Amino acid sequence: MSRRYLIRRLLLVVPVLLGTILLVFGMVFLAPGDPIARLAGNKPLSPSTIAVMTQRYHLDQPFVIQFWEYLKALSHGDFGATFTGRDVSEIIKERFPVTLKLAIGAFGIELVLGLALSIVSAVKRRTWIDSSILVGTLFMITIPTLVVGFVLQYVFGIKLGWLPVAGVQAGWQSYVLPSLTIGLGLAASIGRLGRSDILDNMTGEHIRAANARGLPRRRVIGHHVLKNSLVPIVTILGLDLAYLMGGAVITETIFNLPGLGQSLIVGVRTSNGPLVVGLVMLFAIIFVFTTLIVDLLCARIDPRISYE
Amino acid sequence: MPEPLFTVENLQVEFRTDDGVVHAVDGVSYTLEKSEVLAVLGESGSGKTVHARAAMRILDTPPAFITGGSVRLGDMELLTLDEEDMREVRGSQVAMLFQDPHTALDPVYTVGEQLIELLKARRRVSKREATEVATALLGRVGIPTPRERLKAYPHQLSGGIAQRVMVAMAVALEPAVLLADEPTSSLDVTVQAQVLELLGSLVAETQMAMVLITHNLAVAVGLADRIAVMYAGRIVELGPAREIYSDPKHPYTAALLRSIPDIQIREERLPAIKGAPPNLLRPPTGCAFHPRCPLADDRCKAEVPPEVEVRPGRWSACFHADEVTR
Amino acid sequence: MSNRPTSDTEGAADPLDTVEGQTVTLWSDVRRKLKRDRRFWIAAVLIAIFVGMAIAPQLFFTDSLDPSQCELSDSAKGPSHAHWFGTDILGCDYYTRVVYGARTSIEVGFVVGTLIVTIALSLGSASGYFGGKTDMIISRFADVWFSVPTTLGAILLLSLFGGGGTLAVALVLVFFGWPDMTRLVRSTVIGGKHRGYVRAAKTMGSPSRTIMRRHVLPNGIAPVLVFAAYTIGGAVGGEAGLTFLGVGLRLPSISWGLQISIAQTRFTSDPYLLFFPSLFLSFLIGGFVLLGESLRDALDVKLIEDA
Repeated sequence: MSRRYLIRRLLLVVPVLLGTILLVFGMVFLAPGDPIARLAGNKPLSPSTIAVMTQRYHLDQPFVIQFWEYLKALSHGDFGATFTGRDVSEIIKERFPVTLKLAIGAFGIELVLGLALSIVSAVKRRTWIDSSILVGTLFMITIPTLVVGFVLQYVFGIKLGWLPVAGVQAGWQSYVLPSLTIGLGLAASIGRLGRSDILDNMTGEHIRAANARGLPRRRVIGHHVLKNSLVPIVTILGLDLAYLMGGAVITETIFNLPGLGQSLIVGVRTSNGPLVVGLVMLFAIIFVFTTLIVDLLCARIDPRISYE
Repeated sequence: MPEPLFTVENLQVEFRTDDGVVHAVDGVSYTLEKSEVLAVLGESGSGKTVHARAAMRILDTPPAFITGGSVRLGDMELLTLDEEDMREVRGSQVAMLFQDPHTALDPVYTVGEQLIELLKARRRVSKREATEVATALLGRVGIPTPRERLKAYPHQLSGGIAQRVMVAMAVALEPAVLLADEPTSSLDVTVQAQVLELLGSLVAETQMAMVLITHNLAVAVGLADRIAVMYAGRIVELGPAREIYSDPKHPYTAALLRSIPDIQIREERLPAIKGAPPNLLRPPTGCAFHPRCPLADDRCKAEVPPEVEVRPGRWSACFHADEVTR
Repeated sequence: MSNRPTSDTEGAADPLDTVEGQTVTLWSDVRRKLKRDRRFWIAAVLIAIFVGMAIAPQLFFTDSLDPSQCELSDSAKGPSHAHWFGTDILGCDYYTRVVYGARTSIEVGFVVGTLIVTIALSLGSASGYFGGKTDMIISRFADVWFSVPTTLGAILLLSLFGGGGTLAVALVLVFFGWPDMTRLVRSTVIGGKHRGYVRAAKTMGSPSRTIMRRHVLPNGIAPVLVFAAYTIGGAVGGEAGLTFLGVGLRLPSISWGLQISIAQTRFTSDPYLLFFPSLFLSFLIGGFVLLGESLRDALDVKLIEDA
């Protein structure tokens, strides 16, 4: 990829990152009203807690200073502290491994199953295989994650008793059902997107030309069709991975996994504002960097992107 | 008498669409010998591109279906070959050159990668050998600094250079027949001449036979030995290039010739062929050209004129062939 | 160009007329393809049913079913002849409550859809057509917004500002969801503004806004329609998810998300409580997905952004 593009793209991270942090920070501290009350969910707080909070977030100073101090803290890995004085970063460190394992599990399913489905249904288009994949994936997309989670829990956990339905005590087995819950839906959408993408590319003139040169079919599909189809697929995969890193909120709730997502919901339910803000901030930052990686990957795959 | 190098006989291709059946190619026949250039001249929709793709069997089926006729290389029938065997034929015996190099080349691989891929897959050479051959090929088609060009991506190349790359790929396996589908239509006029010259020299050098598909009469006359004029899926006139140019024997050909503006004559309006190309879903009865033809009579409306040898080596599908003037 | 075209020239018509003519033919072609597509009809029927449920739920009730009829003694009884979907925890007829739930979802879906389409069309076309500074500003904003994941941002906003009514949920979804379609419109406009008919209109002195309205947008509307269908489906799912998590609607509102959240605790004993709202939710989302797909095929749209 051209150096110009690389540098431009890397430089872009700075304003976007700052903007994102500002957006999230602004939602809490810039909006009219008392930020502390908002964070506390209008629950009463003791004066000493309020004092600690005010000091920590520099609420007695102009917004610019508040933001600046927040940035400084962030760069040291300080994501704020809850009302009880606990560091959010500590909570993050504690819960991240669970979310990470779930993310890997779900992503693995999405990647392998999704790509397989899209290639098979594209290559076998108009056959019964293609039709069944289309119907199957449609099901998986439309059924909301919550429902899938419950159904899997019920069938495999309770009725059949094969897999655990909650918690992480059973080692890797605990992650099977949750990974499937999210992974199947994601695989389904990759399957459909990939299929239409591949089909579009299969009718391209350069594919016809490749066939006209007598290249083996496997090569034409595996090399030419595939690489041309990758950009949108990689984009979606990347975004999904970022989303997964943020903790699949619903799934972690259903299966009672002590990850970041569950932490977020608990924070919401207990009006633990600082925790919620800290976590959302983390996810947004992860997102910015994931988008960067995705963009760079796509530029590597399709030279037209970077050479403009 | 030995079989001609390349024979197309009564080729029939139809497109089955939701709105009906279109006979895109309706009985096309011609033969080709070594070193011969046959120009297939026609408007869009005349079937010229479809017939070539049918010969190479790279049509999208559905909606296209080859419903009749024969395409032979020597005495080998191509239309009934196994797909595996046909793949062997493609590129190494019969090759195709496409119109727009920027859509016909894969945009995500370098030019070198695509050339080398072809050589390695079809000629079983090592990467290093393939690179040498590829460099030589690019040089042969007139691309300066070929070794550096191998690393370029298609969109980085100008139209002329990119088309030369396509020519290189088409002749890389030394095919006996080249089907060139409007190879210069997407190029600037000055570059067109260069590419045509290149094709001409390749034909002379390798004794390759070439079918030059074009809508541009000047291109046809410049390079071809013979011209086949196509209209609505059929060949309406076939003969030596010079003769067709000076003495057409079909009203359509004559109208085409008349529509070329003459720089020396001052005109108020550009002469065009009146009417519009036929709707192939509901083609006219009888001769497809009759609605636009000044010589048309009732017989033309009722009967389809057969191809008749009106002079030795001159074929015309018109009841009034002898009345045609330039 | 010193010669004015003579009146009987079969030459080019006024570019505006040509575009109009083209558009009409294209649309009749699209209509035909849609009519033949089974998915379109399934989607249309499903969506029509749910819209009907939203506008006039009474149409779906018979005399014996009454939404306000709640007998605690009837609590949590399975489906029966009297109560087609059984009763909920408070003993109210479940069928009527699930039907009522359609209203929330449809409301949110259409509000979100309309707002996002409006924003996307205005910002996206301005950004794509004018380029330069306008484009840079809008695109950077979109990038920033885009980095905050919709669900999480929504959770944050809703939890901070409490009170989740349908309007609040819809606005929050729009607040985080606008960049996606805006980017799409932008790239469509960028692809379209170089067309011949646009240049022709420009040289004839058409003001930019007119060009955008009459030429660029109508020809670029196809991907927007498709994406709008997906967006509405996503909004419906989004509201259900947010309500389920507790940040969306609260009792006594009726929402499938709420019903699912309550049903979750009694999953093993009364699975039907979970089944029916999930079914309705899936069908509504499915309807929009199918609509989007059939539109996509009929309009022959490639939703993928060009580099």
